[in-house]
Amino acid sequence: MNTMSSSGKRGFSVRRLVLGAMGAGLLALTAPAARAQAPAAAPAPAPAPAAGGGSNMIETIRNRGTLICGVSTGLAGFSAPDSQGRWSGFDVDYCRAVAIAIFGTDQNRVRFVATTPQARFTALQSGELDMLARNTTWTLSRDTSLGLDFPATSFYDGQGFMVKRSLGVTSARQLDGATICVQPGTTTEQNLSDWARSNRVTIRPVVIERQEDNVAAYIAGRCDAYTTDASGLAGVRSTQQNPNDHIILPEIISKEPLGPLVRHGDQRFADLVRWVHFGLLAAEEFGITAANVEQAATADQRPEVGRMLGRGGDLGQMLGVDNRWLVNVVKILGNYGEVFSRNLTPLGLQRGPNALWTTPGGLQYAPPFR
Amino acid sequence: MSDTAIDPRYAAKPPKRPLRLSWSDERFRGIVWQVLVLAVVATIFWWLWSNTVHNLEVRRIASGWGFLSREAGLPIAESLIPYDPTNTYLRALAVGLTNTLKVAIIGIILATLLGTLLGVLRLSPNWLVSKLVGGYVEVVRDLPLLLQLLFWYAMLQGLPGPRQAINPATGVFLSNRGLKLPWFEWLPAHSWALLVCVIGIVATLIWRRAALARQMADGQPRKVWPVALLLCVGAPLVVWATQGAPFTPDIPFLRGFNFQGGLTVSPEFFALLTGLTLYTAGFICEIVRAGIQAVHQGQWEAAGALGLPRGQVMRLVVLPQALRVIIPPMTSQFLNLTKNSSLAVAIGYQDIVSIANTTLNQTGQAIEGIAAIMVVYLSISLSISLFMNWYNARIALVER
Ligand SMILES: N[C@@H](CCC(=O)N[C@@H](CS)C(=O)NCC(=O)O)C(=O)O
Repeated sequence: MNTMSSSGKRGFSVRRLVLGAMGAGLLALTAPAARAQAPAAAPAPAPAPAAGGGSNMIETIRNRGTLICGVSTGLAGFSAPDSQGRWSGFDVDYCRAVAIAIFGTDQNRVRFVATTPQARFTALQSGELDMLARNTTWTLSRDTSLGLDFPATSFYDGQGFMVKRSLGVTSARQLDGATICVQPGTTTEQNLSDWARSNRVTIRPVVIERQEDNVAAYIAGRCDAYTTDASGLAGVRSTQQNPNDHIILPEIISKEPLGPLVRHGDQRFADLVRWVHFGLLAAEEFGITAANVEQAATADQRPEVGRMLGRGGDLGQMLGVDNRWLVNVVKILGNYGEVFSRNLTPLGLQRGPNALWTTPGGLQYAPPFR
Repeated sequence: MSDTAIDPRYAAKPPKRPLRLSWSDERFRGIVWQVLVLAVVATIFWWLWSNTVHNLEVRRIASGWGFLSREAGLPIAESLIPYDPTNTYLRALAVGLTNTLKVAIIGIILATLLGTLLGVLRLSPNWLVSKLVGGYVEVVRDLPLLLQLLFWYAMLQGLPGPRQAINPATGVFLSNRGLKLPWFEWLPAHSWALLVCVIGIVATLIWRRAALARQMADGQPRKVWPVALLLCVGAPLVVWATQGAPFTPDIPFLRGFNFQGGLTVSPEFFALLTGLTLYTAGFICEIVRAGIQAVHQGQWEAAGALGLPRGQVMRLVVLPQALRVIIPPMTSQFLNLTKNSSLAVAIGYQDIVSIANTTLNQTGQAIEGIAAIMVVYLSISLSISLFMNWYNARIALVER
């Protein structure tokens, strides 16, 4: 009897376990992709090149009517719900952009699913999510043995440390012996132990699963420092009562190329996600904004702009979506620069390496639209 | 079926009829049904298994146990066995297992002691005591455990920082970094002494049994404590002394960010242990109360008539009988406590679930990770059940 009542109240941990177990279960139960595809392939209208034996995700999403996108449980600037439960942020805009590309003009055809760092990959692997856009670092093992694909790097980042100003620490090298709060299931925790080892400092980790409990422990003084991606630090800092009480130390100890990711196996869907990112970049490069995209779509005389915006050629169709997909995306969300300045500039983040390649130091570069 | 069982010797060996391969033969039908059910179950399992393997392959998800020998790279805050991030996943999981066992074993002992005490107090003739305990039980049982854990953890975080630590005695510091206690350098001599002490406890128990048996024969009570003192304290001390009586105190002191040296009870462990103990003690209290109340009032009166004081009546007459009612539900409380310890990750205590989940996240091998968690909990639960069943059978024999 009490087993039942106590398990009812344990929603949180049970959910974690269940997520894992469900992942395992879904892998066992979902009809094997190749076998299920055989009958579905025949009536498919477009002669879709069967990609890697995978199913046709774009078609599945279109039929379902919504894109299911995994985001964080709440990280200011990247993905956070407001008091009405409406999600916003840089990663959220990537979910919306893919949905707009698929569905046309409606940006609300996305169901956002909050995921913890630990649970995110299982949720994607098991097919519970279509894609994940949650400040996730592209690494070799995630790309290969986890069965995932990283179509693009939407934000170049690196890991840093945040301390209270009152601690009097100005450099990460002074953190020897410090207690550091870190979230499990991240590259962050692995980098932290690598960094400690190679710099011969001892650190004491405090590893708390949920972001808000983790930050609370740092604020309460359980930890001397809090570590995560520098962008995440900026996000966490911005939501503190007194952001100025906290300083982000200058050292960046890792490379964290963050971006959206999908399951391995459906290259067509991966292509779409990749070109949504490139579309946002190209729009910025050609000076196309939310304000002028409609006009550019009809009047801009540059040939590449014409192709991008669906006036000449049928690049959209090659991606499996409408030819005006990029017009729709940019009209609602703006170009990469606009998405960035709406979500990340308020946190105090600079473009830095996320500037376009045309700016010195900028790494964001889109291949030609042709 | 028609024959009325008379002598068990005959009932044990029913006359053998040849099996007829006909639907009208009951035994044949039985066998066919069982084979069918077995086939269905086996097919379902086979289907699940082949589906899983196929899906893993299509999605290019790694499988197998090879990852166990790879470097884990994950930081672990506290560990009973030596560990650093260059060790393997296998070792990291072993650390998780020992952390789970640590909190479960200490929790079970403390919850049993506290719960039994509360259960006895709950029946106290003192109105205030009884009602206070009643109130405690209600509060503790009605609030979600996770909330209680977060509450205790938040309380501990409310303690002052290391520089303002509460310092009630030399070498004892209480701060938001946990409780620091003076300790000493642990050497092989101490391990030997500990081993002898454990042997001493076992020997004392055996001696006590023999003493009781002889008391039954000659009515002469024998003191146990001198023997206990000799075997459990004296002998280990001698062993330690013969090894040169090494003792290097390890007193915690503040340096840099934190205390160095000494013994640490981390806030994470302490909050989890406190939460689990207080929560489970509430349930155990009720079990003990019900068990005591199940003993017939006449037993109290009869024992009282023999002139036994109330405490002895409880200890010698009532509790031994109540135990038979108490043990079975107690087993499920022990199992609950163990399983509830998986809430640990919410407050940053790295138990087996926490570490297996991180492993699963880094290797992407959900199936193996979940299997590891299942094996651990199954083995712990089965061990507890087996032990409790054995104990239950043992005390059940007392019945006349
Ligand atoms: N980029 C790293 C870290 C990503 C990560 O999960 N960071 C944390 C700390 S900023 C986070 O986003 N937490 C939000 C959440 O738990 O929902 C990774 O991919 O492993």
